[in-house]
Amino acid sequence: MAIIDPRHAAKQLIYERIFRAGTLAAAILVLLILGGVAISLLRGAWPAARHFGFSFITREIWNPVTDEYGALAPIYGTVVTSLIAMVLAVPAGFGVALFLTELCPPLLKRPIGVAVELLAAVPSIIYGIWGLFVLAPVLQRHVQPWLIEHAHSIPGINKLFLGPPFGIGILTAGVVLAIMVLPFIAATMRDVFDTVPPMLKESGYGLGATTWEVIWNVVVPHSRVGIVGGIMLGLGRALGETMAVTFVIGNAHRISTSLLAPGTTISSAIANEFTEAVGDLYTSSLIALGLLLFLITFTVIAAAQALLRRLEQRIAV
Amino acid sequence: MNRRMYRKVMNAMFLALSLLATLTGLACLAAILWTLISHGLTGMSWHVFKQMTPPPGSEGGLLNALYGSAVMTLLGILIGSPIGVLAGTYLAEYGRSSRLSTLIRFINDVLLSAPSIIIGLFIYEIVVVKMGHFSALAGALALAVLAIPVTLRTTEDMLNLVPIGMKDSSAALGAYPWRTIVSVLYPAARSGIVTGLLLAIARISGETAPLLFTALNNQFWSTNLNAPMANLPVVIFQFALSPYKEWQNLAWAGALIITVSILILSISARVILAILQAERSSGR
Repeated sequence: MAIIDPRHAAKQLIYERIFRAGTLAAAILVLLILGGVAISLLRGAWPAARHFGFSFITREIWNPVTDEYGALAPIYGTVVTSLIAMVLAVPAGFGVALFLTELCPPLLKRPIGVAVELLAAVPSIIYGIWGLFVLAPVLQRHVQPWLIEHAHSIPGINKLFLGPPFGIGILTAGVVLAIMVLPFIAATMRDVFDTVPPMLKESGYGLGATTWEVIWNVVVPHSRVGIVGGIMLGLGRALGETMAVTFVIGNAHRISTSLLAPGTTISSAIANEFTEAVGDLYTSSLIALGLLLFLITFTVIAAAQALLRRLEQRIAV
Repeated sequence: MNRRMYRKVMNAMFLALSLLATLTGLACLAAILWTLISHGLTGMSWHVFKQMTPPPGSEGGLLNALYGSAVMTLLGILIGSPIGVLAGTYLAEYGRSSRLSTLIRFINDVLLSAPSIIIGLFIYEIVVVKMGHFSALAGALALAVLAIPVTLRTTEDMLNLVPIGMKDSSAALGAYPWRTIVSVLYPAARSGIVTGLLLAIARISGETAPLLFTALNNQFWSTNLNAPMANLPVVIFQFALSPYKEWQNLAWAGALIITVSILILSISARVILAILQAERSSGR
């Protein structure tokens, strides 16, 4: 191999070009997939968009018999279940991240961290089946009656907890979602907390601050951007989650002020009805729902990534 | 209460809350696993692995669903992971910090957390509608699209971890970049890339939403890739929501099988990574 054979070198150059082109093509395919998703959804949603116009997203009606569709109930359900999930999962995720970075004995740090990550690996259908057969009955028997009893005298709040405790419904879906997104939020926040320079924390302790004061006044301000990024990543998951919600939401196309009532979300409506949809307008309306979900989650995830990226750059500098 | 006491109480309270949050999370994991094991073992028997999915109200197994899931997951990985690995190679070795690479990295991270049901709709539009029928191939393609972002991300990260000296040595011997990548970088990053594959398999083997309207389901044994095929997640979905006791038991057995396999995959991926890190820190 000491003497360079010109034919060998030429062959190598050709291989190089082929390999480079192959990797570039694969990389560009990633762009094409996202573009393809957007275009195919737009095309599929076009008949519904043309037929209903803007009123598609402002009407609550969903009637396959008269072929009239409006997306307001699924949008409402998607937003409200995700909000419930965030209200529960953000403080809990913050607590878990805090425990893992500041309090946990070093020996337990890895096992608990892995356990939290495994919670994220459990497929969503398992959360669904568990939510339906285990969580919903527990909520129905113990939590919802308590909520109804204690909320009815508080004006404003009482409207949220009206009606019989079905077990399944908006609230239960929100709780299942909270358990699902908790590991994502906790893992992102833990990684962000880990990037806080020990020097800053030690300075805080040196001034006599308690653990909580160091966390609240040093760690949190320093990792603000990452915390928001992690929350939005969790929100993106919650908005688009399908199977876990489909099991426990109750699948009713209506908007109710009560969180105990059954509802629907964009993803669960698609999962439930798509294969049964007859007629072009029905199918197209469901794809239009998919397009709405795509636009909403894309915005949230893109914002989350932009924030987390800014953080990475700041660390790199 | 003086200021000092107040601060101490606040500290204790918030730390206790944080401990409580962690315990709640762990309790949820334990509760889910316990439910799966207790319900799953009741439905578990050798029939599950030997018989086909039964008609309502009779006994049977999950053989066709297990087969279908294995085939579609495998096909999904075979189609998706080469694309992911090559694209990751481009980002790590050729593109680096070019504007195109930055964009692709961003889009990939978006795809990584995009709702899987959207991917199902996409494949429905471009494959199922064009072919005129549901098929196992469409299901495998949907899973492949989900596998790409995972493998891309790990491949890029793992290639970046290879010591620069190895790359330089290979280049100094006169090797073209492709030769360096194939003969030096891939072997050096092998266990990392394998971890990515394991994670991708774990991710796609439990996916239900993208299969609902691509592979659909099939009550019978079918090896035809051009026809609807049974698969574990969709069977669990259908059987769990049914009123029949036999179907529900099978759904629990399927849920146990799927979760245990995914947890084993995720744990082995983590073990490989841990060994890798230990080797790296003990070596130079």
